[in-house]
Order: sequence, then structure tokens, then C-alpha cells
Amino acid sequence: MKDMDLFNQLIYYFSHNGMYVLSQFNQTFLVSIYGVLLGAIVGIPLGIWISQYRRLSPVIIGIANVIQTVPSLAMLSILMLGLGLGENTVIATVFLYSLLPIIKNTYTGMLSVDGDVLDAGKGMGMTRFQVMKTIRIPLSLSVIIAGIRNALVIGIGITVIGSFIGSGGLGDIIVRGTNATNGGAIILAGALPTALMAIITDLVLSFIEKRLTPKTSSEG
Amino acid sequence: MLLSMEHLRKEYPNGKIAVDDFNLEVDRGEFIAFIGTSGSGKTTTMRMINRMLNQTSGTIKINGKDISKMDPVKLRRSIGYVIQNTGLMPHMTIQENIEMVPKLLGWSKEKREEQAHKMIALAQLPDEMLQRYPGELSGGQQQRIGVVRALAADQELILMDEPFGALDPITRESLQDLVKHLQKDLGKTFIFVTHDMDEALNLSTKVVIMSQGKQVQVDTPENILRHPANEFVTNLIGEERLIRAQPNILTVSQIMLKNPAAITPDKTLEDAIEQMHERRVDTLLVTDKTGVLQGFVDLDDINRIADAHTPVSRFTQDRVFYVKANALIGDTVDRILKKGVKNVPVVDEDKRLVGIVTRTALVDIVYDALHGAPDANEKPASPINADIHAAATREGGEMPQ
Repeated sequence: MKDMDLFNQLIYYFSHNGMYVLSQFNQTFLVSIYGVLLGAIVGIPLGIWISQYRRLSPVIIGIANVIQTVPSLAMLSILMLGLGLGENTVIATVFLYSLLPIIKNTYTGMLSVDGDVLDAGKGMGMTRFQVMKTIRIPLSLSVIIAGIRNALVIGIGITVIGSFIGSGGLGDIIVRGTNATNGGAIILAGALPTALMAIITDLVLSFIEKRLTPKTSSEG
Repeated sequence: MLLSMEHLRKEYPNGKIAVDDFNLEVDRGEFIAFIGTSGSGKTTTMRMINRMLNQTSGTIKINGKDISKMDPVKLRRSIGYVIQNTGLMPHMTIQENIEMVPKLLGWSKEKREEQAHKMIALAQLPDEMLQRYPGELSGGQQQRIGVVRALAADQELILMDEPFGALDPITRESLQDLVKHLQKDLGKTFIFVTHDMDEALNLSTKVVIMSQGKQVQVDTPENILRHPANEFVTNLIGEERLIRAQPNILTVSQIMLKNPAAITPDKTLEDAIEQMHERRVDTLLVTDKTGVLQGFVDLDDINRIADAHTPVSRFTQDRVFYVKANALIGDTVDRILKKGVKNVPVVDEDKRLVGIVTRTALVDIVYDALHGAPDANEKPASPINADIHAAATREGGEMPQ
């Protein structure tokens, strides 16, 4: 091993522990996804709700902002006191961190819908639900997806740190590398797939975001 | 009575009274314009009709039914609604936009499609445009769609909130023609909020002038031009417009001189010459005993005759040009000026002489109409326009409180 350079060491690690890296990759990915999914389930309705009762928006967005300012390692430790070690604590942390981007984007998206269009919709006899379904949500969907995209990238970062409290995943490989002497290759073996995951999810979601932007032109 | 509004009042929680004691009856096929300065309550009043706002007190009835007891959603589907910035759904095709209310009402797909084709034809736009998106249309085309969308479910009553305010003058005119056509030929009823006085006067059958939540004057455009209720209305209409409108609303009787120089046919030439001298004129109108106009005698003709005792009837020229007292000046002015006569006798329905119009009085009116409003220190040429000028130039011509 000693006579190999960093790159060859990395190849060697992947060729011997490929399946292990893949399973850790899955672990990290799933934990982030679960956290963000929960965040979306709570955050989107909350964002819609505060867009209807605008007086509540400073309170809700304020709380989400405060959560965001807590360093992730501190948040993990605090939650660990209540929820114990393991992936559930990490999922809860990702959930909390994804609230702000999702709520904020949903809220902004809802408010960015042209007031004249809403007025026309209501004036033509749409119920509140119909206004929401046929006007508000389609016209703000791309902004909401952008929020989810943000949350997911943040979530992946947190999940990696989450290996400190025993949630496994690519973070485990990185931690092992930092503990080993000359563990540079092992660190990279964990860090590169993490970065890749973040970049790929970002690209995929930005593609979805574009697809969901409502058509406003008959060309293409 | 399609729509009736009684003692309508809207007061906001902060105590601001937006509309106060508003009363209006609207017949089917009418075109009502609400006009006033901003904050006059015109839009608020209109929005209470489809319950986008609810009144504090008073009743609105449509076809005799109190709308406050109706489901607002159902009510709105039965009333067309056009707003200033079109309010077309940017993510829906023109067809989907037009079909919106029919779809809410649960029409079948075939019926909706048929209606969409009918509506785009009504908007005088090509059928292919149905598949386009609003963003691909010009502002004028978008508002055409906005107007026909409000008719797509056969709504009888259409509310329009400054529908053409954002359009350039030429596009605006062609859209005004469109809605005028819809009102005249399809018998639709329009309630129309505007701050453009020309638009209100040209389109509407009745104008409601509002200020500070109150109705100042409710009348036909002609009557408003003829008798502005107060200085506020005069100012809102503008001196320019009032003076320009004069030829079309003033009647001949309003500018004629009463008590013209006239003589009966049995009098002698001597009498005629004496009367001419007295009144300092060179022609006399000849009327019979009941005052019916017979003709005129001219000083030139009399001069050639020596015998002063000849009766006037021998020299009466019966080819006399006259106008009716109730004729509009605008309709007669051309004929009078082209004839080149100095004075024109004015007769009533029974051809009885009632007055005379001088060429000078006519020219003054025409001059004012062409020249428009004079400056503050100038005077209009015709004395009949002096009142308008005085009212319009008076300091701060606000409505008296």
C-alpha cells in the first residue's frame, strides 16, 4: 500500500470495498431523502398556510430561521439527548434543517403569483380550493421544488456529519480515514461519493424544476 | 330590472366610508359607466355586485333576488368579470382560459370547445390563436380574450374594472368598438369603471359620477354634458369637452335673439321703413296675424318703389330660409353658414316665428368648439359658454362639502 500513490490507493480501496461503499452511499442517500421528505410534508402545507394568514409568516419563518442558525453538530447532539444514537436522530435533524428552505420557498412562491390572476380566478367563481389547485400551486411549483433542492443538498451534508452519532453512511468512511495514519485515500473514498451525490441530486432536481415550470409558450 | 342597488354603504373597520347611500337601477342592455377620481368608491361599488366585497348595509338585487343570500361562488359564475390587467392565466392556453367558467359550471367538453371557437370569432381573432398562450399575444389581443372570456358562459351582466386603462389609444378604441357591439347586438349589460371621461361619454347609456363615496350625478351622457350638476362635474368633464360638445347639445332656441323685427303683410311700406329705422335693420320678417312666418321684405326692394302706401305683401319674398327652434346647432350650423345669410328666422313646430339667429352668434359657437377651452384670462367667444368657463376656472372647483 505504501508504495502506491493516492489515486491508486483510492482505486484499490474501491475495488476491494466497492459493495461496502455502495451500501453506505445508499444509507446516506436514504437518510437525507427521508428527512427532506418529512420536511416537505410539513413545510409545504405550512408555507401555504402562512401565505394565507400573512400575519403568522414572521413567526413561522423566524422559528425556522433560528433552527437554521444552530450548528448542525450541536443540533445532532441536542437531539441525541432525547432520541438516542442512530439514524432516526439524523433524520429528525435533516427534517428540521429542511424546514426553512421549503417553508420560505413555498411562501415566496405563493406570494409571487400575480394578484390580477388570482382576482380574476376568484371573480370568475372559483372556490378557494380551485384557486389553490388550478392557479396558486401550478404557478408556484417550480419555486417550491427549488426549495426542496436546497434542502436536499443541505441534508446530505448533515447526514454525513450524522455518522458521529451512529447513523452510518459515507460519513463512517470519512471518519475512519481521519483516524488512520495516512488515511487520505479513505477520506476521499467517502468524500468523493458524497460530493457526487450532492451534485447529482441537485442536477436531477433542477431538471424536475424546469419540467414543472408551467408552459407559457406554445413553442417547443 | 336586471340589477338594483339600494342604499348601499361600505364602511371599512378603520372607519373609512368608501361608499355611502348608493342607489342605482340598471335595465337589461344598459351600459353603465362609473366614473370619478381615485378613491371615489367606484371600484368598491362594482366589486360589491359580484361579492368580491360585501356591503356594510343596503341591498343589491339581481333579477329581484338579493345577492347577499346567494352563494358567492355561484353568483360570480353568473356574472362576467374583466379586470384592467386582463387576469388571463399565464399557464393555460387561450382555449383553456376561455373555457374556464363553462368548465366550472360543468359543461361537456364538446360544448365547451364549440363555445371557445364561437368566442374567439366574437373577439375577431383567428381560430389558431386558441392554442397559443397569453404571453404570446399583444396587450390588445389579451384584453379581447379577457372580454370574451367574461361572456363564455352566456353571462348577462358583465363587470369591467378599467378594462382598457393599460392600452394605447388606438387599441383602446378598437376594444371600445368591440364592447359597444357586444352591448348593442347581443343585448349584454355592462357595468364599467373608468377614469377616462371620453370613454364614459362615448360608450355608456348612463354615467354615474362619483366623488368621496357618493353619487354626484347619474344621467345620460347628453344630459350630463347639457346640465353638469355642479362644479365638480364640470371640472371632471373638463371645460374643453363641454365647449366642444355645445353644438351637439345646444338647441337653436338657446342662442336665438327673441323678439325679432317683424311686420304683418297688410301694413304699408311706410310703416315698414319706419320700423326698419326704429330697429336699425335692413330686412323685416313678415308674419301673418297668428305669427306664422310668410317671408321677408328687404330695404333694397322697397327703395325702388315710390308709392309709400303699397302694402308690404306685394314685396314680400316668400323664399325664406328658416330653422326650427328645437333643432341642434350642430345639425343646422353648416346649412346656415353655407347659405351666406346674415340672419335666420327661427320658428316653432307650427311655423310661428319665435326668434332669429344671427350669423355672429353661430360663428362664436363654432369658433369656441374648434378652439377649445380659452385660457383663464381669456373669454370664450360665445356668451353662452361663459358660464362653463367661469365654473371651470373658479379657484379649486371641488365639490361643495
